[in-house]
Amino acid sequence: MRVARRTRTAPGVLVVPAVVGLLFLVLPLTGMVIRAPWSTLVSRLASAEVGEALRLSLICATTATAICLVLGVPLAWVLARTTIPGRRFARALVTVPLVLPPVVGGVALLLVFGRRGVIGQYLDSWFGITLPFTTAGVVVAEAFVAMPFLIIAVEGALRGADPRFEEAAATLGASRWTAFRRVTLPTVAPGIAAGAVLCWARALGEFGATITFAGNFPGTTQTMPLAVYLALEQDPDSATVLSLVLLAVSVAILVSLREKWIGPSA
Amino acid sequence: MRKLAIALAAALVLTGCGGTDQPASGGSTPTGTSTSAATPVGDVTVFAAASLTETFTQIGKDFEAAHPGSHVKLNFAGSSALARQINQGAPADVFASAAPANMQQVAQSGSTVFVRNKLQIAVAKGNPKKITSLADLAKPDVKLALCAEQVPCGAASKKAFQAANLTPKPVTLEQDVKATLTKVKLGEVDAALVYQTDVSSTKGDVDGVTFPEADKAINDYPIIALPKATNAAGAKAFVDYVLSGKGKAVLSAAGFDSP
Repeated sequence: MRVARRTRTAPGVLVVPAVVGLLFLVLPLTGMVIRAPWSTLVSRLASAEVGEALRLSLICATTATAICLVLGVPLAWVLARTTIPGRRFARALVTVPLVLPPVVGGVALLLVFGRRGVIGQYLDSWFGITLPFTTAGVVVAEAFVAMPFLIIAVEGALRGADPRFEEAAATLGASRWTAFRRVTLPTVAPGIAAGAVLCWARALGEFGATITFAGNFPGTTQTMPLAVYLALEQDPDSATVLSLVLLAVSVAILVSLREKWIGPSA
Repeated sequence: MRKLAIALAAALVLTGCGGTDQPASGGSTPTGTSTSAATPVGDVTVFAAASLTETFTQIGKDFEAAHPGSHVKLNFAGSSALARQINQGAPADVFASAAPANMQQVAQSGSTVFVRNKLQIAVAKGNPKKITSLADLAKPDVKLALCAEQVPCGAASKKAFQAANLTPKPVTLEQDVKATLTKVKLGEVDAALVYQTDVSSTKGDVDGVTFPEADKAINDYPIIALPKATNAAGAKAFVDYVLSGKGKAVLSAAGFDSP
């Protein structure tokens, strides 16, 4: 009840910028919907390239999210729960891809995993593996850019969770791994789910690192954002259609996930 | 609601300030323009194709030196992006495009072709894969980067391959010519089709291989003093300078052909 009263008396100082902020975020999307070439929508969607790009986008974003979960959750745990030296420094390093322009991230990936890269040259000469211009390269670029979002969300959830539950589990004879699996993970599951959704959304929209590191080829590395960018060069209407598809798919998936996993109150 | 109105009014005042700011900064230049009695041209805003970055930066400096008090503002990007910006009302006085098609989007007539650019095969220094012709690019062991068909260099590449009756198998279709060139520079691909001026801009980092089919895919670069230019006199003066002997000298030194 008290909460409700507070909302009613929200000061204009907060409401006005809040409304302006909301309009600022919503108006461009509305403009896109208004200007979309609705009459030719179906014929533009029917092109094989759209389906291919969308399929590739979904596969790559999902694979990248899976990789981020496998590597990111343990890293978040180490950052939140241990006191190993250099932990603060590692935490700062984790956030670097967040502030790095994605194109720079792509160049950095090339310098390391490229055919002449620090590690890439050995991958090429020993195993015959080259990541640039492959679908695996897209996944690597997306995981690089999106993983910090997951780590920060999970670390925040871990810091918010009471460590005494883990300690209690330990006093009852649970090993650290059992305590992590049976106590910690269920506690922070909503945080992990939220982080994974954020990570997936970031991977789905990833453009700069992908086009720089993995290049652009339909069916192999051309994800939706790349298709949008190139369509914009020649046919802005097609770009709008592609953007609408991407928007619709991501909204649909995020809404369904929100209901299933995070719960309506989150 | 009243507070919203105040906020909006404040926003209007702020943008209004921005508007009056420009004439004010333009007004500060007359100290310079008054000294050159001949050609007071003021600020000229030039939108130019990315492949003109090096040459137009130089020409802009030369122009400012020749017209004391003038100031050339340069905006470089892909020709199609620039055409889009101009059509959406970006304040440009001059537009130099890397393809006639993008010029057509902005102005049906009134442009002049000022240079031509030809494709070249860019390969790693020393040409380790011994690439000598367009046909070598279609070989399976050659990793090839091309520009996407949507941008001028990609459209030109397509024409060249059609003229040679070849179907290339590129590993990537890059978003602009500089990105395509970078893939060769970094050694990620063995070869790429770029403009001859891009090869010379690397100053020896990559080698260029000429091929006869390039003559079938020559890119014309048109330039125009835009009809809607806010500084019409300045726009005309800049276009005249580009077309003059001094402008042409800079362009041909960079590897551009004369039309």
